[in-house]
Parts: sequence; C-alpha cells; structure tokens
Amino acid sequence: MSLSIEQGEFFALLGPNGAGKTTLINVVSGLAKANAGWVKVLGADVARDYRRARRMLGVVPQELVFDPFFTVRETLRLQAGYFGLPPDDAWLEEVMHHLDLGAKADANMRALSGGMKRRVLVAQALVHKPPVIVLDEPTAGVDVELRQGLWQFINRLNRDGHTIVLTTHYLEEAERHCNRIAMLKAGRIVALDSTRNLLDTFSGLQLRLRVDGGALPDGLSAKLVARDGALFTLRLASARELEEVLARLRESGTPIVELDVQPPDLEDVFLRLTGRAS
Amino acid sequence: MLLHKELLRFWKVSVQTVAAPVLTALLYLVIFGHALGRSSPAFAGLPYISFLVPGLVMMSVLQNAFANSSSSLIQSKITGNIVFILLAPISYAEFFAAYVLASVARGLIVGAAVLALTLGFVDLPLAAPLWALLFGLLGAALLAVLGLLAGLWSDKIDQLAVFQNFVILPATMLSGVFYSIQALPGFWRRLSHANPFFYMIDGFRYGFFGVSDTPPALSLAVVATSLVVVSFATLGLLRSGYKLRT
Repeated sequence: MSLSIEQGEFFALLGPNGAGKTTLINVVSGLAKANAGWVKVLGADVARDYRRARRMLGVVPQELVFDPFFTVRETLRLQAGYFGLPPDDAWLEEVMHHLDLGAKADANMRALSGGMKRRVLVAQALVHKPPVIVLDEPTAGVDVELRQGLWQFINRLNRDGHTIVLTTHYLEEAERHCNRIAMLKAGRIVALDSTRNLLDTFSGLQLRLRVDGGALPDGLSAKLVARDGALFTLRLASARELEEVLARLRESGTPIVELDVQPPDLEDVFLRLTGRAS
Repeated sequence: MLLHKELLRFWKVSVQTVAAPVLTALLYLVIFGHALGRSSPAFAGLPYISFLVPGLVMMSVLQNAFANSSSSLIQSKITGNIVFILLAPISYAEFFAAYVLASVARGLIVGAAVLALTLGFVDLPLAAPLWALLFGLLGAALLAVLGLLAGLWSDKIDQLAVFQNFVILPATMLSGVFYSIQALPGFWRRLSHANPFFYMIDGFRYGFFGVSDTPPALSLAVVATSLVVVSFATLGLLRSGYKLRT
C-alpha cells in the first residue's frame, strides 16, 4: 500500500479485524519489519534512520501493557530516559495533569484500573514530545467518561500541531474526530479520502417522507429505495438534491406530513466498501 | 537509562534478588562445610570450608547474573512491556549492554555480600585479588549474556526453566564448586574440563589461594573466548530482531 499522511492531520486507519491496521503501525514504529518497501516519519526512514524516526513518534499500543515494578511517575521518567532525555519533571507533571493522573503519580502500576493504565500509556507516548502520535485502538475497552476525556485531550494535541494517526473500529469516533480516513481490508487500502468526501461519495443522504395522499409525484420514483404505506425512503446523492425533491412536491401540490433527513453514516460506507453490505 | 531501569528493577525486589541468594549460599556453606568438612579431602593443604567459600561466592555471582537478565527479559516479553524499549531509539547493542551490565552488577553485589558474610567465620587468604575480580567480572558477564540468550529464546517461563535446570544448574554443579575435580574419577574429570563453568570457578579460586587445578591464564582464555562467542551470537540475534521484532 502507498499512503502519505500530512503534518497536522487527524488521520484514521479503519478496517475490520485482521485488515492490517496494527501491522501497519508496527512497521511504522519499528516493532515489525517490512518485507519490502519503506516508511518515513517526517523524512526519517524507520529502518535506516530509526533513532530519528522513533524520536518523532509517540506510540500508544493497543494492549494494556505496563511494568509492574514501577510507579506511574517512575514509568514516565524511565520512558523519557529511554529517549535520551534529561529528567523534565515539569513536563511530566503537565502530561499527568492533563490526563488526570496527578493523584496516582506515586501509585504502583499494578494498583491502577484499566482506564488509568490506558492513560499512562498515552502519557508514556508523550514524554518525548513527539510531533506524530500514533494510537492503536485508543478507546478499546475504555468507559464512556474516560473515552470523552481522551478524545478531548487528543483533539487538543491535534490543535497544538501534533499529527494524530489512529486505528479504530468505532466508526462514529473516526467520523467525529478525524479529517481523513483510510479504509483497510486484507492489507489493502480500499478507500482513502477526507471524511467529508467519503461520506458524500459513498453514502449520500437518506430522506424519509410521509405525504398526504400516499403517492409520490412522478420523477421521484428513481430515488425510491423503500416504501411502507405512505412512508417513503429516498436516497439522495447530496443535499443539493433535497431542493429538487421539495420543488417537485410543491409543483405537484403534494403536502408533506413528515420529513426526516438522515446524515451520511460512515458505517454504511464502511460496510459497502468492505463488501459486507447485505 | 535502560541500564538504570534494569538496576532499579532488581533493587526494588532486593529481598528476592539479593537477600535470598545470599541466604541460600550461606546455607550451602553451613551444610556442606560442616557435614563434609571433616571427611572431604583438603585441597592443596586448605581446610575444606576455606576451599568451599570462593566456589560458593562464584556460584552466587554466576547464578544471579543469569537469573537477572533472563528473568527480566522473559517477564518483559510475557507482560508485553518490552514494547516500551522497542519503541525507543535504543540500538540493539545498547539493549545488550544495559541488560548485561545490570546483571553483572547484581551478580557481583550478591557475590560480594556472600563473601563479606562468610569472612566473619572463615579465614580466607587473598593471593591474587585482581585475578579474582577479573574472573568474577567475566564469569558474571558470560552468564548475563547466556541469560539474555535464554530469555530471548524462551517464549514461556517453562522454557526458561528448562534452560536453567538442564544447562545452567548441571554445569554449575559439575564445575567444582563443592570439590576439587582432582578428587573425581577420570571420566568426570575430563567432562569437567569441557565445562566452561569449571574454568570460571577454578580461576576465581586461584585469586584467593594462588593455586588451582588449571593454570589461570588457560582458564582466562577459555572464559574470555566463551564470552566473545556467546556475545556475538546474542548480538546477532538481537540485531535480527529475533523474537522481539516480527
């Protein structure tokens, strides 16, 4: 696959289990070796110039891994040390503060809940202030409250100029936060575009109409996808067609009883692209 | 920094990693020293218990150096926290150096503690302290590297235990910790001469008594060669990412 992610993007790698999202991230971060091809992080080849590449990457692994020998603060100090950095407790305090870890700074890693451990993983990825942050399923198994907190924090990092790359199979999260999406299936990119374009291109709008008289004017039947009595479901390519539909209804003097426009849904796009749509 | 973490790791559980092996060694000393002390043949005119002490010290050094690198690595692999090291800009040679040096440190700390405590009730000469230190260092390094190798190869604790029980333990026991190999029948003596551990113990003992089964220079050559060979093998595996980077 060939993929280029620009600086400052909020990018999602989407795909079913086994699509190759984590493998791709592992190749980027140096946890796996590519059989062929190359990956560069801000110009640094991840194999030949691995030191520079890894300094620019902050990776949050998918598994909740931790070192049971250490406290949160020690874990972060050690991690900073692995990157050859002098102790910078001010920065560590700041990171812990933003992730709500302050109260647990001196607790042993073993004593933390799953959600707390996840936050430490995020903090660990940030100790060396990397310009690019890679999150592998950051919200898997995380409760709603923490999930929101995490997204706020990640969005903040993105606004501060960090490039964010994440994998997820929560489609609504990618839809809400990411500006560009690559959809993967069996190790290939099946779609790569801005979130907006993907939704526009593939999904369109769903318009549900209940009309008086129980009949649609001619010319709208081509857009009809389902009918339940006087309730019609139409698929529109874009919002522009809405105008056209309304005009037809007015011309034919058909009164609208009920109208409901469904926004495009990434799930729909996803299912169609990965070939699981019914 | 990785070295610092590795040192911190064993220091944090020092009851287990330092105090326990010291106690074990002292128990050996009491049991073997007193049970066998009277009947065992003296070596070069030395009382058995004096002969025994350097062997026990070196055994502690070797076992702890091995235990440190192997258990640290296997734990990191099993719990998965090895990724934090793999994600960092640390070269394979630095990785090697950190694990080996930390393990050498633990080996020497335990060895020094055993030695210090036994000096209280055993009279021990120190004929050639530099030789003793040299063998202590090289022996600890060799076992630390072997531990790293075993930790790399093992995917489970059981596999590490196989390595420990079928390689390290027999090699230690057949190395002349508890006896002079001159007391052994021919076959066992020849077998001991093929055991690198024998040279480490014998060379270390030379540092105390100035006498040994084998010339110390030969022992040094054997130990140093083993260290170089095993180090190159381990560095090669680390460079290839063997069982660490897929």
